[in-house]
Amino acid sequence: MDTLLLSRLQFTATTIFHFFFVPLTLGLSVLVAVMETRYARTGDETYLKMTRFWGKLFLINFAVGVVTGITLEFQFGTNWSGYSAYVGDIFGSLLAIEATAAFFLESTLIGVWVFGWKKLSRKAHAAVMWLVAGASNLSAIWILTANGWMQHPVGYALRNGRAELTDFAAVVFNPFSLLQILHVVPAALLLAAFFIMGISAYHLLRKQHLDFFTRSFRLGLTVGAVTAIWVIIGGDMHAKHVTQVQPAKLAAMESLWDTTARAPVYLFAAPDERNERNRVEIGAVPGVLSFLGHGDFNAEVKGLKAFPKDERPPVLLTFLSFRVMVGLGTYFAVMMIIGVFIRKRLQENPWYLRLMMYSIPLPFLAHTAGWVLAEVGRQPWIVYGLMRTADAVSPIAASQVAVSLAAFILVYGLLGGVGYYLIGKYARLGPDAVGSPAPVRGERLRPAAV
Amino acid sequence: MVLESIWFFLWGLLWAVYFMTDGFDLGIGSLLPFLGKTEEDKRAMVNTMGPLWDGNQVWLLSAGGVTFAAFPRVYAVMFSSLYSALMLILFALILRGVAFEFRTKVESPGWRKLWDACIFIGSFTPALLFGVAFANIFQGIPIDQKGVYQGTLFTLLNPYGLIGGVLFVLLFVVHGALWLAAKTQGDLQARAAATAAGIWAGEVLVAVVFLAASYFTTGLYANYLAHPLLFAVVLITVAALFGIRVFLARKAYFKAWFASALTIVGATFYGVIGLFPNMFPSSLNPAWNLTAHNASSTQLTLTIMLVVVLIFVPVVLAYQAWAYNLFKGRLTAEDLVY
Repeated sequence: MDTLLLSRLQFTATTIFHFFFVPLTLGLSVLVAVMETRYARTGDETYLKMTRFWGKLFLINFAVGVVTGITLEFQFGTNWSGYSAYVGDIFGSLLAIEATAAFFLESTLIGVWVFGWKKLSRKAHAAVMWLVAGASNLSAIWILTANGWMQHPVGYALRNGRAELTDFAAVVFNPFSLLQILHVVPAALLLAAFFIMGISAYHLLRKQHLDFFTRSFRLGLTVGAVTAIWVIIGGDMHAKHVTQVQPAKLAAMESLWDTTARAPVYLFAAPDERNERNRVEIGAVPGVLSFLGHGDFNAEVKGLKAFPKDERPPVLLTFLSFRVMVGLGTYFAVMMIIGVFIRKRLQENPWYLRLMMYSIPLPFLAHTAGWVLAEVGRQPWIVYGLMRTADAVSPIAASQVAVSLAAFILVYGLLGGVGYYLIGKYARLGPDAVGSPAPVRGERLRPAAV
Repeated sequence: MVLESIWFFLWGLLWAVYFMTDGFDLGIGSLLPFLGKTEEDKRAMVNTMGPLWDGNQVWLLSAGGVTFAAFPRVYAVMFSSLYSALMLILFALILRGVAFEFRTKVESPGWRKLWDACIFIGSFTPALLFGVAFANIFQGIPIDQKGVYQGTLFTLLNPYGLIGGVLFVLLFVVHGALWLAAKTQGDLQARAAATAAGIWAGEVLVAVVFLAASYFTTGLYANYLAHPLLFAVVLITVAALFGIRVFLARKAYFKAWFASALTIVGATFYGVIGLFPNMFPSSLNPAWNLTAHNASSTQLTLTIMLVVVLIFVPVVLAYQAWAYNLFKGRLTAEDLVY
């Protein structure tokens, strides 16, 4: 294997792994802040317990998310030096702004939140969690802005053998990034909501801590119902924009080979890239792809054959990841609609709770599928239409990358295993294992009930 | 020209602040197996940096990000040339970060031993390798015209590079021991202070060797000889280094820590000033050096980033100062969260 392939595998592995942890951080930080705010407002001890319990799971997840993020910032330089030198003028500034304007706040205040229970008032401590949540999501917005630029480069000119910034506002308000933000940020909240509902379902099925986990479940349900719909609307808006600016990606998403009016979506199809056709096509729903891409059932959609062979993304992976994402997104919405109807009778519907419990991994899978679609669908470009991935790789020995890739697989495998083992352990132990609620400054100390 | 020079010094400043802040974390982590005799000692050591290390570490990301934004070619060539060394640093920092969170999550001595080992390796390795990397940058890296590295990881492990690595380890270990002395009490504090005093002597010795070796193996002194006033930086650094000993003798541990912080910032700037305007010099041909002038971003990007940094870095410093102040004073039993 050569440096290019190894570097691509390494980037894939490290990014997907990192993004197992990021959306939970983004979503759960907001939900924990909501719980703590309720505690600060009402003084209700259950909300304090909820803050502590979900906060503990949040922190284990946060630790793995943070450390694996460092890798990503450095990898552009270590493995993609061609890319870094070519677009650093624009892309580098977005990463630097992310670190300076958002990640600093998140990382500094997370320490204050963990260690500051007795040093801050109730309200101030809750405010710190809001700042952590805000900074985390702001961080995500900057990273998505950077990714959006790779998907749809704007505000630049090609000079001095590189892409140079000409219009900073265009880069910051790139419509592609804005649509990604509107899709990914609610999707993170949805993932966190499913996480909370799934773990709550586990305890509700065992009839333990009923009040605690009913309240947790309902909070998850409220957030989940809103975001499940929002994600679909945001995704639809995003797809229409992709049709405009990345038509090859849209064609690959549905494995559409010939440019067609009233383009269909198939219930089942098997792409055959070599022969530029689909081996099987079953259950065509005419006009749906045209509608997805253009908002018009009769619109013409460009097929893959309209693009030179060396400018088409890998079809099968793009096609499959799109299906997984959309299928799961639909499932989430259905589950949330059911949930809203039976929200007062959760106990009487163990089948629903059981389904929700087993659904915990699904939003993680949906996020991954979404990113595979976004990134694989962009190939062969690293910056769409501007720079090929093959031209971006560092001039380094393949053996070096092989060793680091093997080390990443080993170390990340262990970290992921330990991280999820600990999250699972504390999730099962329930709120009592987190220890007595910390007395906050200004309150009298209670005897600890360990 | 002016903008690029400003950015060069901001670049140096971010690295200096990273070494100053995370330096004591790396030092304490390196001392963990030696000063942490009991589980109480170890928990105290970990918790003295508990609320702060995460925020400290972001200075590294900020330094990396700013290198990318302001000097993309330096970022590209530096990070790809130092591939193996950087990967080792990354893995080390990854292990250190999760170890803090994981070590108390399972009640078992074997479990804690595992993560304590990760904290040690994860702290010692970056301390050493940052020193090795910067010393090698000071003396030049074998990169060709296109910025392709013509060496291996072992090329970096030359005598001067290793002296740099040892110097960084000693700087950080003293820095960490002083933080411990300032933050803890009793037996641990006494041992931390004694360690700081003992290793300080080694720090002085290695610093002298490094300063002399720099004269023979690097071109760092050219700028100083051209502008002798710059030697003031070296004098301040040396004064701060001796200040550590003076304050230690008076048991003024916080003041000693500040002197150590100044020593680290001074030591970083000693190299940065000597390098200027080079950022990643080639040992093969000076014409292939990457400099602040031939590797920078456009004036537009440098201007925008300058505005961003001038707004946000003071804000960051303000809330980090607030956080440090919130956790000032000696550690008590209720501060043991990790």
